[in-house]
Amino acid sequence: MLLEAKNISFRYNERTPWILQNVNISIEKGERVGLVGPSGYGKSTLLKLMAGYLKPASGEILLDGQSLPEKGVCPVQLIYQHPEKAINPRWKMKKVLQESGMFREEVMEALGIEKEWLGRYPRELSGGELQRFCVARSLFAGTHFLLADEMSTMLDVITQAQIWGLMMKEVEERHLGLLMVTHNHALADQVCDRIIDLRSQNLK
Amino acid sequence: MDSMRIMNSDQPILEVKDLSVSFHMYDEGLEQYDLQVISNLSIDVKPGEIVAIAGSSGSGKSLLAHAVMGLLPENASTTGTMLYKGKPLTEKDKEKLRGKEMALVPQSVAYLDPSMKIGSQVLGEKPDENRKKAQKKAFARFHLDEKTEHLYPFQLSGGMARRVLVSKAVISGAELIIADEPTPGLDLEMALEALRCFREMADEGKAIILITHDIDLAFNFADRVAVFYAGTTVEIAPSADFVKGPEALRHPYSKALWRALPQNGFRPIPGFQPYARALPKGCLFAPRCPHKTEECEQTIPMQELRGGTVRCIHAT
Repeated sequence: MLLEAKNISFRYNERTPWILQNVNISIEKGERVGLVGPSGYGKSTLLKLMAGYLKPASGEILLDGQSLPEKGVCPVQLIYQHPEKAINPRWKMKKVLQESGMFREEVMEALGIEKEWLGRYPRELSGGELQRFCVARSLFAGTHFLLADEMSTMLDVITQAQIWGLMMKEVEERHLGLLMVTHNHALADQVCDRIIDLRSQNLK
Repeated sequence: MDSMRIMNSDQPILEVKDLSVSFHMYDEGLEQYDLQVISNLSIDVKPGEIVAIAGSSGSGKSLLAHAVMGLLPENASTTGTMLYKGKPLTEKDKEKLRGKEMALVPQSVAYLDPSMKIGSQVLGEKPDENRKKAQKKAFARFHLDEKTEHLYPFQLSGGMARRVLVSKAVISGAELIIADEPTPGLDLEMALEALRCFREMADEGKAIILITHDIDLAFNFADRVAVFYAGTTVEIAPSADFVKGPEALRHPYSKALWRALPQNGFRPIPGFQPYARALPKGCLFAPRCPHKTEECEQTIPMQELRGGTVRCIHAT
């Protein structure tokens, strides 16, 4: 399976400058790819485009030559930098998992989610604990690609190593494709087998 | 407070002693309880010094910053003492000093006013020519285009907003700066530039507290590092010890932090930081500690050891 961004250009409207111009990248399933580049260069925008949250001004996002499905579970899932902003603050964690259909023993075990956390609200968990739920939510049977936008930047280094350990295990076992944004070169070296510098891609 | 008072450079600008912070919370229905999130925390920072604060997510690092600045929400209560230039720091003082003598680089870019353009937001009310010049200089230094001044916060990327927040503290002229995660979202070059900038300010005699998860970068710019765990300090040591590695460090959690860095093996210890409502007795790290003994269930004080301090009875 192949996820491609083909000649992608993006700007918010006609009066604002281009954020991305003629960007081409592709990831094969099973590949772990790092996306690096200076801040403000469109890394997060590219991930949102590739997960289907934004529509490109021109160009295409293709999954095996087809555009991303608009209905059902999206096979490309995005994990954000701030888990506390991606989870309903008024739901207890059990409901968060239930909503995504991931309230399952083996998922919780794989991601080190403690039973006791399920009865708490998001504000009663730390960022690292919340991020496990976000990862769990994204691991549907139909997920083929995971996009991680500075997923561990706000976590301490022990939690970061724990989360990436779990992620890599899942990515390996399910043979998923991973595209991760980071500014941490040492982290990219540990996680990725290929690194793309957006400067060489984005011709804006 | 008289800021012109000549200071003994050994006297800390900020001294926090035995700080505890708790939140008054509602449980089921109308049931109420107090949740203690910081306990017996002590830290100080002297003029000319950068003290980096490392530690687990949710260990109370940001809360400390907010307690010092007087920005805690209304349901919070604190005990312990805070001294600013040797005098007790009251809530009234905090209000008077913050933004002038004390400045905060907030953690979240959501602290920017969403309906105000960046330029006027950084300059503040009625800026003089010097301040305008300083702002232009700071923006240039952090590679922020002049056009940035005319943008609204939602038009910035995460890293750009971060640089705006740092610029604001840089031009504040404050003597005490608490930077709460100033580097996420910045590429290495920019992150180093921000840290160099803090180092220069410290060298000019300012006192800087640098809260960060980018500890590998911070070690090279800070003078001392304080390690937080579950709402308290477990070790305070010279940065050099963190550069040297586990043998030079004192607390098992500090050593674990070092080993979990991607460049040092990427090996995490298992387990979690305890939740504030279910703290273990005695040492808060004991449930994850390989050296745990029965004595660890007693109250563990901070003790001096090899030029630093540590909250561990088994440290050598």
